[in-house]
Amino acid sequence: MTASGEPAAAAPAALAVSAADMAAIGRHAERTYPEECCGFLLGEARDGFTRVARIVPAANERGDSRHNRFVMSPETVLAAHKEARAAGLAVVGYYHSHPDHPAAPSEFDREHAWPGLSYLIVSVQAGQVDQARSWRLRDDRARFEEEHLASSAEPERPA
Amino acid sequence: MATIQIPTPLRRFTGEAGDVEVQGGTVDEALGDLTRQHPGLKPHLYTADGGLRSFVNIFLNDDDVRHLERGATRVAPGDTLTIIPSIAGGSAVASPLSRAAVAPGDGNELPALSPEEIRQYSRHLIMPEVGIEGQRRLKAAKVLMIGAGGLGSPLGLYLAAAGVGTLGVVDFDVVDESNLHRQVLFSHADVGRPKLDAAVERLRGINPYIALQPHPVRLDSSNALELFAPYDIVVDGTDNFQTRYLVNDACVLTGKPNVYGSIFRFEGQVSIFWGAKGPCYRCLFPEPPPPGLVPSCAEGGVLGVLPGIIGALQANEVIKLIVGAGEPMIGRLLLFDALKLKFRELKLRKDPACPICSEHPTQHELIDYDQFCGIAPPAAATGAGARAGGAGHAGAAGAAGAPSPDSADAATDDDDDNDDDFDVEAGEVKRWLDEGRDFTLIDVRSPLEHAICHIDGARLMPLQDFPQQLEQLDPAGRYVVHCHHGGRSTQAVQLMRQRGFKAARNLAGGIDAWSHEVDPAVPRY
Repeated sequence: MTASGEPAAAAPAALAVSAADMAAIGRHAERTYPEECCGFLLGEARDGFTRVARIVPAANERGDSRHNRFVMSPETVLAAHKEARAAGLAVVGYYHSHPDHPAAPSEFDREHAWPGLSYLIVSVQAGQVDQARSWRLRDDRARFEEEHLASSAEPERPA
Repeated sequence: MATIQIPTPLRRFTGEAGDVEVQGGTVDEALGDLTRQHPGLKPHLYTADGGLRSFVNIFLNDDDVRHLERGATRVAPGDTLTIIPSIAGGSAVASPLSRAAVAPGDGNELPALSPEEIRQYSRHLIMPEVGIEGQRRLKAAKVLMIGAGGLGSPLGLYLAAAGVGTLGVVDFDVVDESNLHRQVLFSHADVGRPKLDAAVERLRGINPYIALQPHPVRLDSSNALELFAPYDIVVDGTDNFQTRYLVNDACVLTGKPNVYGSIFRFEGQVSIFWGAKGPCYRCLFPEPPPPGLVPSCAEGGVLGVLPGIIGALQANEVIKLIVGAGEPMIGRLLLFDALKLKFRELKLRKDPACPICSEHPTQHELIDYDQFCGIAPPAAATGAGARAGGAGHAGAAGAAGAPSPDSADAATDDDDDNDDDFDVEAGEVKRWLDEGRDFTLIDVRSPLEHAICHIDGARLMPLQDFPQQLEQLDPAGRYVVHCHHGGRSTQAVQLMRQRGFKAARNLAGGIDAWSHEVDPAVPRY
């Protein structure tokens, strides 16, 4: 599957991130290791297909337990929404890192998530990016389901 | 009529409407109207018990209602409410504990919380560091407390209150009046009861949702490994070196973290000894101090509030280990001075030559910790029970065949004469005094203890200076030595026998036994 291809009607949800943005997320995750990094995914979402046009790195605003927790305050969220609107985009999801832990959402992640968004998690093992996976919360909040993560070779630009 | 702006991802639950008109005079009422109109929104805004989710923020026009009057904030017609999430998350395997039930791959393996438990723990649940997941970890956790005394009291109270699902307690003692100045688990009505009975009753009252597992045994090398096996964490609340080394070694051998605390007079220490992840107690103290150098709390005293402070710090470390929050005290030793009110912290290193926790250990099983610490079991602690181990006295002192103060008398006393002329009972000493026999009664306690109470006619020779003062005494004389409970006097008599005082004997049970059995006018302390 390519980032620019239109998904078939019954295709599972997918998230397309440019190679440049993926690399930037990886650098962010390695820079903050062993603490968690976090940021926003700006782009367009349509029929389960989400294309990321821009990432907005954010500061982990936690004062403690930063190795396994992150938070972005509502003020930061508002600012990201404002930036998205100004660019004709929407906040379509968030990314964060799991230092020395798998790229799977935790129970804590599930309690703090909404459906309708992509949750991109980057696993950093011993300071090196290991794996990236993207997840969406089911409408009944029962669990996350993994969505296809497609990384294109060319940086994506908003349409 | 006010307007609520719906964030994009939640518009699927409002029929894609971005703005919803609502009725209501307050924020709570407006949100209530919103979820009545669009029930699908409710689980994403509220938790199961009806509270707003911790990451959901409501702005009235431009102000976070948390800075106003929260749910009671007035809403006027024409106002706009906005739902803004604060984005939070984190990795799953936060708890450093290895057991699957405490550190599962995902939260689903943890036990669920009942509505009653959710009410009891609500102040935990609203903090992201604990949350539902951390509280479920607490419920899954099994913690073994060694001792229900000064440290065990706050530990038990706080660990039970915090919802540690299985709490084991090892203790074989009964509640004594002298416990009450610091052992806040117990009340006057409990004096004379087994500590475990009183403790379980009290802890059950604090938290009926947890499993309390009393172990009415004396911890020793024969039972420690088996006792520790089912638990995740062991908390050391003991007051003597033998048990402290035993707890350490058994924790290393079973791979469990040992949340350590100790107290003496006005000073306390806290650490986590965990051989698998850092240093153990032996890395810090390879060998015990010489017997008698460091008195126990019974001998040296302790500020009543001190175990409250140190035990609460241990409880804090236990809870952190379980929920995976913060920085555990592994590889660090906290020193607390109550008089100066100062905390100091030392970095601890793992000893590469540690006999038990290093990569090439020389010790692979538990040993005889009384012998390791250079002492025999204190005679006073278990009365007749300790006399079985009393052979150590005679052997250590080379006293076999030494005459008792009155061999003729001993021969007629079938209660007391079982080839052990080391100890002498309080009642016997009283009889010797009444009969005017020729012997010297020596008190090796401190002058402060002497001021609290003493036996008339006893000569005060504090243990500290005892070896020097011994030179003033005639080795051919007859002596009975006592302290508070019999521990220090045992050491004194051992020393005397080594120096040729063949007719030196130990008053079993010390002045406490004297008060109990001979003269109630002597206050017990």
